[in-house]
Amino acid sequence: MAGIEVTALHKRYPDGTVAVEHVDLSIGDGELFVMLGPSGCGKTTTLRAIAGLERQTTGDIRIGDTLVNDLPPAERDIAMVFQFYALYPHLRTRDNLAFPLRAEGLPKSEVQERVDEAARLMRLGPLLDRRPHRLSGGEQQRVALARALVRRPRAFLMDEPLTNLDAELRADMRTEIKHLQGELGTTMVYVTHDQVEAMSLGHRIAILNKGRVEQIGTPLEVYDRPASLFCAAFIGSPPMNLIEVEVADGKLRSQGGLVLTPPPNLPRDRRLVAGVRPEALEVTEPGAERSVPARVVSAEWLGDEIIYVVDYGGQREVRVRMPPTVRFAADAPVGLRHTGGPPPVYDVSTEELVA
Amino acid sequence: MAVSVDEAVATGPARDRTPSARRLGGRGRSVLEVVLLTVLAVVMLFPVLWMIETSIKENRDVYAIPAKFFNFTVTMDHFKDVFVAPGGGRSALSVAFLNSVLVAGVSTALATVLGVPAAWAYSRFSVKAKKDQLFFILSTRFMPPVVVVIPIFLMYRQVGLIDSKLGLILIYAAFNVPFTIWMMKGFVDEVPAEYEDAAMLDGYTRMQAFWRFTLPLLLPGIAATAVFALIFSWNEFVFAIFLTSSDGVRTAPPAIAGLIGGTTVDWGLVAAASLVFALPVLIFAYLVRKHLVAGVTLGAVRR
Repeated sequence: MAGIEVTALHKRYPDGTVAVEHVDLSIGDGELFVMLGPSGCGKTTTLRAIAGLERQTTGDIRIGDTLVNDLPPAERDIAMVFQFYALYPHLRTRDNLAFPLRAEGLPKSEVQERVDEAARLMRLGPLLDRRPHRLSGGEQQRVALARALVRRPRAFLMDEPLTNLDAELRADMRTEIKHLQGELGTTMVYVTHDQVEAMSLGHRIAILNKGRVEQIGTPLEVYDRPASLFCAAFIGSPPMNLIEVEVADGKLRSQGGLVLTPPPNLPRDRRLVAGVRPEALEVTEPGAERSVPARVVSAEWLGDEIIYVVDYGGQREVRVRMPPTVRFAADAPVGLRHTGGPPPVYDVSTEELVA
Repeated sequence: MAVSVDEAVATGPARDRTPSARRLGGRGRSVLEVVLLTVLAVVMLFPVLWMIETSIKENRDVYAIPAKFFNFTVTMDHFKDVFVAPGGGRSALSVAFLNSVLVAGVSTALATVLGVPAAWAYSRFSVKAKKDQLFFILSTRFMPPVVVVIPIFLMYRQVGLIDSKLGLILIYAAFNVPFTIWMMKGFVDEVPAEYEDAAMLDGYTRMQAFWRFTLPLLLPGIAATAVFALIFSWNEFVFAIFLTSSDGVRTAPPAIAGLIGGTTVDWGLVAAASLVFALPVLIFAYLVRKHLVAGVTLGAVRR
């Protein structure tokens, strides 16, 4: 087991496309580290560079104490699970699992032992004699995970392993992967574009955009204080409300009259945007204390909650998360107020967190 | 055609469509279909049938007026003449057939050996100006091959490839490589690159990964592509007749064409030779028909 250090990684393809602009990562030993970002943000390229499937243009990658820049994938002592499971179609499950071990030249008894152990961990017993085309998507993914396990690698690399599964199975496998990683204590780098996956799995999350790291932090840090407007808009469903504000009388005020608690150390003379989570707002009866007049534009009834789209002061729409017991009809006049603590505030021109 | 008649009715006013008319239309349609298809089949296949008949007729029956469809004496002499020279020994035609086998086979193998790895590379790797390169490769097939016969002839005369089997093999391979690259690229695109990634993580080099995991999955595609290349090389006439002249080098198409043009034409021999020439490709295409259809319809259905 080992940590992974990525320093000043840059990847430019021969056709001129820059996939990774500049990425620094320091992944701890035994950490479950998630790289999250929209498609084309460079997360998969970074992962493939760590695996050795792509050669970075510049920058260093260390696994443990070893500089692996020039090592072929097989000598990096890592295992990778792909979005498309990449089980060898002509081999039975048993042989798919044994394949990397045989390629290493391990003795037969040891191969047998490790295959049995991985099969037990992933509960593959009845599937051992089937070929991949006779396995369901979830089963194939479990086999793919088991195939990564048998190697007992220093780190697991996961490239969107759950994307091809249906929603229910995805939730199950998420739990399973998290449990497995905790049990084995092996470093895991997990790439996904699904923020729910990232939030529920990661010890820490790196949010990537356009080949750069926007933020690295624990799920809560990332959720509570997104480091940039991009992160603010990316994390959360529905995402943060980005509200243009001005500082006046020691308060943050938006046009339309909404008043927010200001964070300390606000810079002056800059155009600011506050990031307000939908659950930090509240829809009230019209005229309630500290509320501004507003109007319900639409309501999404999700069962366990209602997402109201509310217009206040004309043409300023915000999303508000409310419990399902608080019901307002569409077009109803309501009040809107801020209930949370000081929101993160961003500079409009640099798009970065300022307070 | 029956379908279009039916559709014309369907788009007509609704009052024309009484239930009984529709029932009759159903039966009438299938009868009409069978009749039309039969007529079409007879028209299309008549030359082939006539060729088969001619190849087993005595020469005097071939020229008989009115033509004899059924009441002629069957003879296999023409087929014997295809393979055996009049004085005994091997006939010029049989040599030409062997040349055809050699030239078509080797040029197809060459195009496959060159084209499949190229297609793999174009599919898997990021290459500078990849689209332009692929377009350039395809563009060599934009013109009819005939256009370059004279330049090729002059070139070949300079380098001494005129009237040689090697010359034909090279030019056929040159025409088949672009085709092979394009068709195979489609097949390679269909094979997930993750197989190779996984194999490389398991300790294989990229070439080994290609050889052991991707190539076996490509075999149906290679078969389909090779058949098309083989058919092209086997049937090619223009280059063969321009670039070769001696009996020892000529392939079958110009050799068969050479039978026509004397004072009398031995049509029985021409027909028999053509049949023998047509059979291998027919049989081969039949054997790999599943792959052929896969090759033709590739990309037509998005998964």
